[in-house]
Amino acid sequence: MRRYLLGRVLQAAFVLWAAFTVSFVILYLLPGDAVGAKLGGGEAGLSVTPEQLAAAKAEYGLDDPLPLQYGKRLVAAVQGDFGRSIATGDDATNMVVSALPPTLAVTGFALVLAILFGGGIAIAGTVTRYRRLGDLLLALPPLGISLPPFWVGLLLIQFFSFQLKLVPALGSNGFESLILPAITLAVPTGAIIGQVLAKSLRTQLAEPYAEIALAKGASRSRVHFGHLLRNAAVPSLTIAGVVTGNLIAGSVITETVFSRDGLGRVTSSAVTAQDIPVVQAVIVLAALVFVVINLLVDLVCPLLDPRIRHRETADA
Amino acid sequence: MSRTAVTSLIALTALVVTACSSAGGSTGADAGPPKPGGTLRLGISSSPDCVDPQQVGTNASLNVGRQLVDSLTDQDPATGEIKPWLAEQWEINADSTAFTFRLRDGATFSDGSPVDAVAVKTSFDAIKALGPKSQLGSGYLAVYKGTTVVDPKTVKIEFSVPSAQFLQASSTMSLGVLAPAAYRKTADQRCQGDGLIGSGPFAFESLKQNQEIVLAKRKGYDWGSSLFGHQGEAYLDKIAYKIVPEPGVRTGSLASAQLDAITDVQPVDEPQFTGNGFTEPIRPNPGVVFNLHANVTKGVLTDEKVRQAVVKGINRPEVTNTVLTPNYKPATSILGSATPFHTDLSPLLAYDPAGATALLESAGWLPGPEGIRTKNGQRLTAKVVFSLVFNQNKSVLELVQQQLRKIGFDLRIEQRTTAESVQITQSGNYEYLWYNTTRADPDILRNLFSTKANNRSKLPADNPLDAPLDAQSSTVDPAKRKPAAEEAQRAIIEHGYSAPVFELTQVLAHGPNAHGIGFEASSRLQLFDAWVSGS
Repeated sequence: MRRYLLGRVLQAAFVLWAAFTVSFVILYLLPGDAVGAKLGGGEAGLSVTPEQLAAAKAEYGLDDPLPLQYGKRLVAAVQGDFGRSIATGDDATNMVVSALPPTLAVTGFALVLAILFGGGIAIAGTVTRYRRLGDLLLALPPLGISLPPFWVGLLLIQFFSFQLKLVPALGSNGFESLILPAITLAVPTGAIIGQVLAKSLRTQLAEPYAEIALAKGASRSRVHFGHLLRNAAVPSLTIAGVVTGNLIAGSVITETVFSRDGLGRVTSSAVTAQDIPVVQAVIVLAALVFVVINLLVDLVCPLLDPRIRHRETADA
Repeated sequence: MSRTAVTSLIALTALVVTACSSAGGSTGADAGPPKPGGTLRLGISSSPDCVDPQQVGTNASLNVGRQLVDSLTDQDPATGEIKPWLAEQWEINADSTAFTFRLRDGATFSDGSPVDAVAVKTSFDAIKALGPKSQLGSGYLAVYKGTTVVDPKTVKIEFSVPSAQFLQASSTMSLGVLAPAAYRKTADQRCQGDGLIGSGPFAFESLKQNQEIVLAKRKGYDWGSSLFGHQGEAYLDKIAYKIVPEPGVRTGSLASAQLDAITDVQPVDEPQFTGNGFTEPIRPNPGVVFNLHANVTKGVLTDEKVRQAVVKGINRPEVTNTVLTPNYKPATSILGSATPFHTDLSPLLAYDPAGATALLESAGWLPGPEGIRTKNGQRLTAKVVFSLVFNQNKSVLELVQQQLRKIGFDLRIEQRTTAESVQITQSGNYEYLWYNTTRADPDILRNLFSTKANNRSKLPADNPLDAPLDAQSSTVDPAKRKPAAEEAQRAIIEHGYSAPVFELTQVLAHGPNAHGIGFEASSRLQLFDAWVSGS
């Protein structure tokens, strides 16, 4: 087990290094640069002289040879220092870390809703004896996936905020402002969870053990909650990474539509301005989140499924 | 369904709803006398990366920064004249290289220190030291030699060459004065509001990126500009700038009274706020209008007749009437109508496809395949580089493209990010550039066209433009400046160095409870006289 963990940690370090390096290369391959974006900001009308541009680049250390820039940034990044944002002048790590709580609040709440919606639909759709109702319920996830999130968000705001005035349309103040963005984000995420869970529940339902349990007279719901769910949960858990990715990507849209602060907004403006320190801080953080979630899934799955545990020990 | 289509649909729904529910509320006019107190909740479209007015030149930043700092002078939006503010009087030497300002008594910064000659010198030296980090100030102070403290109330600001433009620049928030203590913080810290100590009617309170910026009334403020609507303190206790990027959400939040006022109302949303208790203040931006700026060393644009044909082949009223709204004016010169010394050259900018065709024919450009003219096998085509600093840029250029096809000219549109546009502009590797620049002084033409400055047209040394551009920058005397500025505007259009199209306009909207939201001379927000009722 210890060797297994050590291997996983090395693997994680490699993923983080690769994320850092690839983002560095891409940002430098793109035409334009952060200093140009900063000096030519909007209404200023782009009237910067070449001398001014050169002076500004020197100030941000962007005139060093690329390998040297890469080396300097990597050494600092290992210590958690990604440098200062070129656009805002704020510390990049600080910008990303302070944008994390509002994003986590929405994504966390959205994940809870998604599990409730998705899980509920999958269970109800497979528990029910009425084939038609089941089919109708199980048609919902594909529908949920295909609704554009920003459209769902705008509709929710229009109805619940502008018309009924039940919740605020803007800002990240308190629980009230979490509801609509979380629902918006929960629709596609819940759809993914519902789809995968329903499929594995149906597969489990056709397994001999389930048929025997039913033949012995156990109720459908009892069979579901007593036997099927635990077995069906494993494949659903393995898509946690996909779900996380979906939540992070969706947060760009929900944060824009609902005028919230968060990682999505920070990322989109940093990418637009080619603000290298901030983009790298975001990418490395996102990679870290993925690595940790996948590691957790790999550690939890054996607890649910003894067969996986045996395989692990056989490997180790 | 495209994103804009959805937004429009939502806007339409909102429109129907507001139209049905509007009970003809009162307009701002009969609101009675201004009432102090309350908070103005103002929805803005983008998060200003930096709120230090000395550094960043975007509207988002300056609309905040203007309230925090006072300037030596103020500019009358109606006449363009320069009026007293922190300076009660000034003298300018004969060749406009030395400006001596006499400061008023009693003004203090929000940390209690006095606005005296030493503070002014410290501030100007610091802006100069910012270099290119001062996006607009570095241009205003390009030939700054230094400031001398003559006595505690008098400063002498000097330049190495004539700089008539400095008088107007001294009225901008980019050259607004910060306290000496402000410079004990780094430029980056000031960007985030830390140490941003001004003498303005509002003081910085808090900033949450992508969320909101809050300013609070400066108690005891009593040194307002001579152009302000009242004297003493501002009316509002607080201004809360809420950052709302999605236009449909901005308009809906205003319609449902979650905001008191909003900026950047999109053309599609404008009808929502006409005549139902809402007001739409507008002001065109002074400076260089949105234009196709030609590089005369590239491709078909080396041919002056081609450049002149493009100027004649654009139907400007069609652009403003179809893609924009009646709030936007067709260009009548390279300078916007709100710029001092703007000359109305409408006859030169009339839509004249016959004239354009005649010019092209006479230059040997004959009808070719797909309706595009050719000459010796060369197609009549040029690329235009633009970025989305203004949301409608793409739609405008697509329409201009269609208009120019009718005279057999193929305009190819290339969208780039702001960062890329800067790089392309620097490299000189472009045919047409599409941009606008805000400045309430004709000297902006020198900055962009002169061979001694940015020379965006890549003109040779012997050109008809440098002389009038230098002439207008060497004196503040209107009698001499006006004819020089007019000559420059005329030359730019007659030689087709640029094809002006339309004037950028600031379109705001506010509900029945917001009053007195104004624009200063550069069309940025001036909220000193703003107040809210019934809050």
